[in-house]
Amino acid sequence: MYKILLREDLVPTIHLFKIEAPAVASKAQAGQFVIVRVDEKGERIPLTIADWDREEGSITIVFMEAGATTMKLAQLEAGDYIATFAGPLGLPTHIEKFGTVVCVGGGFAVATIVPIARALREAGNNVISIMGARSRDLLFWEDRLGDVSDRLIVTTDDGSYARKGVVTEPLEELLEGNEKIDRVIAIGPTVMMKFCSLTTQPFGVKTIVSLNPIMVDGTGMCGCCRVEVGGETKFTCVDGPDFDGHQVDWDLLFARQRIYLDEEKRSLERWEQLSKSGSER
Amino acid sequence: MPKLDLNRISMPKQEPLVRAKNFNEVALGYTAEMAQAEANRCIQCPKRACVDGCPVEVDIPEFIDAVRQGNMRDAVRILKSKNSLPGICGRVCPQETQCEDTCSLAKKGAPIAIGRLERYVADWELAQGEMEKPEIARPTGRRIAVVGSGPAGLTAAADLAKLGHEVTIFEALHIAGGVLMYGIPEFRMPKLIVQTEVDYVRSLGVEIKLDSVVGKTFTVDELLGNGYNAVFLGIGAGAPMFLNIPGENLNGIYSANEFLTRTNLMKAYLFPEWDTPIKAGKRVAVIGAGNVAMDGARCSLRLGAEEVYIVYRRSEVEMPARLEEKENAKEEGIIFKLLTNPKQFFGNDQGWVTGMECYEMELGEPDDSGRRRPIVKPGSEFTIDVDTVVVALGTTPNPLVSKATKDLEVTRRGTVVADEETGKTTKPGVWAGGDIVTGAATVISAMGAGKRAAASIDETLRG
Ligand SMILES: Cc1cc2nc3c(=O)[nH]c(=O)nc-3n(C[C@H](O)[C@H](O)[C@H](O)COP(=O)(O)OP(=O)(O)OC[C@H]3O[C@@H](n4cnc5c(N)ncnc54)[C@H](O)[C@@H]3O)c2cc1C
Ligand SMILES: Cc1cc2nc3c(=O)[nH]c(=O)nc-3n(C[C@H](O)[C@H](O)[C@H](O)COP(=O)(O)OP(=O)(O)OC[C@H]3O[C@@H](n4cnc5c(N)ncnc54)[C@H](O)[C@@H]3O)c2cc1C
Ligand code: SF4
Ligand code: SF4
Ligand code: FES
Repeated sequence: MYKILLREDLVPTIHLFKIEAPAVASKAQAGQFVIVRVDEKGERIPLTIADWDREEGSITIVFMEAGATTMKLAQLEAGDYIATFAGPLGLPTHIEKFGTVVCVGGGFAVATIVPIARALREAGNNVISIMGARSRDLLFWEDRLGDVSDRLIVTTDDGSYARKGVVTEPLEELLEGNEKIDRVIAIGPTVMMKFCSLTTQPFGVKTIVSLNPIMVDGTGMCGCCRVEVGGETKFTCVDGPDFDGHQVDWDLLFARQRIYLDEEKRSLERWEQLSKSGSER
Repeated sequence: MPKLDLNRISMPKQEPLVRAKNFNEVALGYTAEMAQAEANRCIQCPKRACVDGCPVEVDIPEFIDAVRQGNMRDAVRILKSKNSLPGICGRVCPQETQCEDTCSLAKKGAPIAIGRLERYVADWELAQGEMEKPEIARPTGRRIAVVGSGPAGLTAAADLAKLGHEVTIFEALHIAGGVLMYGIPEFRMPKLIVQTEVDYVRSLGVEIKLDSVVGKTFTVDELLGNGYNAVFLGIGAGAPMFLNIPGENLNGIYSANEFLTRTNLMKAYLFPEWDTPIKAGKRVAVIGAGNVAMDGARCSLRLGAEEVYIVYRRSEVEMPARLEEKENAKEEGIIFKLLTNPKQFFGNDQGWVTGMECYEMELGEPDDSGRRRPIVKPGSEFTIDVDTVVVALGTTPNPLVSKATKDLEVTRRGTVVADEETGKTTKPGVWAGGDIVTGAATVISAMGAGKRAAASIDETLRG
């Protein structure tokens, strides 16, 4: 069992947990993930490592309420325990001195891009970050991302804060501008990563995305997380999660993410009923 | 000489049509009377031919004699002195190619049902509530890390703990037991029995650290550097193989590992009460014909499939599954499509599999494995409509550990190189055994390897 040391609500549906997990914390690197299981009957879901504190022996995760499991997780408070917390899994994001790197984060993934931007900056890169959300009340960590970036651009889809529009617009402007962009790292919802990759493709700028297919074990045992990159089948949990966005078969990823749509709906309805009747906390 | 009794006592089972709809154990086990009657048939041959067929050399005539005399405590003791997991082996050993194959009565077509008697003894002990604990030697002050909690790891850990060593098991998943928990289904290997055996290993003083992925959370070198005097790798052959044919990543096409893990480890058959879902369609094709394939097919049926095919490129005689499971599958209505091999999968515009194009095959000359090689019949393509496919071609070693461990030699197939007698690898302080060394094999051979490695580790650490 793993203790929740701290809970913070970044926006109403995105939460931060700090979890006591010294073994994971001693190894964690930017871009890796953990497998989490809330309770005995829970499913195993992957969540990216958003931060770590080796001395305290803790890992920070940031998650968005998407369905039954993440909602169940969101019911827990500091002091509660979760059943499984395994990691750090996957390969760390490849960090070296590239020159100028644009880091794009959308939705909950703003949290996951922070340690990557930080590591890139520490490696001597000029880091330009772009963060986007649907509207002002879904924005968080503008300050944190700003602190680890040389420049920060913020967008909201509805224009309720900062620049109106989606992240690909400022990304395209940067690529068209005078500054040479050496690499783009885009993490967020699958559509966002796909469109960032399409945006950078004509400019020939290497674009790294962090794929999020459905997983079970997270150790290369089941093949549930398979994706096609450059025409080859890869297991995201051991060969990734980072891949070259220009090589990813996005349609396949979209299709595979929808495998359990009906079951996810059933789970959610069941969860909502249970929470209403108060038979489960 | 008394007349030979060739009436092998059959195993009571759930009715095929009933059991095909539930996950309860299929084989119900002998009653005391049945066990007595079967034990009575054993002629106690001085040559002990049966023992030659058992990879861990269980004292078969002796334990059967104890059953015959009703000395159940003795039966347990005799059995467990060689095999610490009899409740498991009695259920899943391929007896017809091991102990029951060499039994003197096999020639007459009625070998003693050694596996069933073994299971009977183990279940008897379980029913008594209290397990007898063996003697544990004085603490040696040596610490050993066992990686993986499958049959190889559990056996090595138990033996080492009995010898007085301090043992920690590191297991990647959230439950110990390896394939016995995530692969073999409840209806063939009740999880309560596996967990009882795991608890027994714990009761010997073994600590089990779950959620610990060696190669990620810890490396082998860190374990050796952090106070462990030896490491035993019993990490199995856990990576799935695919056919590598067009359409294989369509929705609805599972590796057997995923299909069985969702069903057995994550209890998807109890969805939505348990959170993990599974899609078992109405028309399911399972590719392959080993135990894994039989388990996949029989799980599909229990998850609600209407037609389930076993698709296999050779013929029935070459099928590697245990005889009993093959028969059970047939009784339950699984359809065997033999001499058939998939060529490609078709899908709909939503990315779901809808059909499978296959070749008819014929058998040619024997290959390296001694089995006749299947050859494509040209122009024989035909299509089967399916909405779910389970690929059960076998598994290869997961490279997670070997990639992260320097000086550990692996073969081209990815198996860890280890001495057959001792389990010693090319890396000092590291032993290995079970499927990670042999490739996918059997529970009892993994246990045998765990046993031999434990003996070698003990000898080395004392030496
Ligand atoms: C490597 C990786 C890192 C991730 N990091 C984060 C993160 O830091 N924060 C965050 O909020 N989310 C992250 N996700 C996504 C997160 O795992 C899913 O949102 C979560 O599993 C949803 O579960 P649910 O039951 O709440 O929702 P559901 O209703 O079950 O599903 C909602 C969506 O999540 C996906 N999903 C469902 N089950 C799984 C599963 N077992 N594995 C992966 N995806 C699944 C489905 O495609 C579906 O579209 C990550 C995914 C991956 C693969
Ligand atoms: C579906 C199925 C049915 C089968 N049916 C039969 C049968 O009827 N009869 C029979 O005799 N055999 C059967 N087998 C084969 C038998 O189960 C295996 O040969 C046996 O389990 C091998 O034991 P093992 O200890 O080597 O490995 P496993 O049982 O595979 O155990 C390995 C353990 O190591 C863990 N592990 C892996 N990597 C790491 C890591 N990096 N860090 C930490 N832990 C790790 C795994 O999670 C697992 O728990 C079957 C196999 C399957 C898959
Ligand atoms: S362990 Fe297996 S092979 Fe040995 S006697 Fe028991 S059933 Fe037979
Ligand atoms: S070979 Fe068969 S009959 Fe002979 S002792 Fe062994 S089990 Fe009994
Ligand atoms: S999640 Fe099972 S192989 Fe990647």
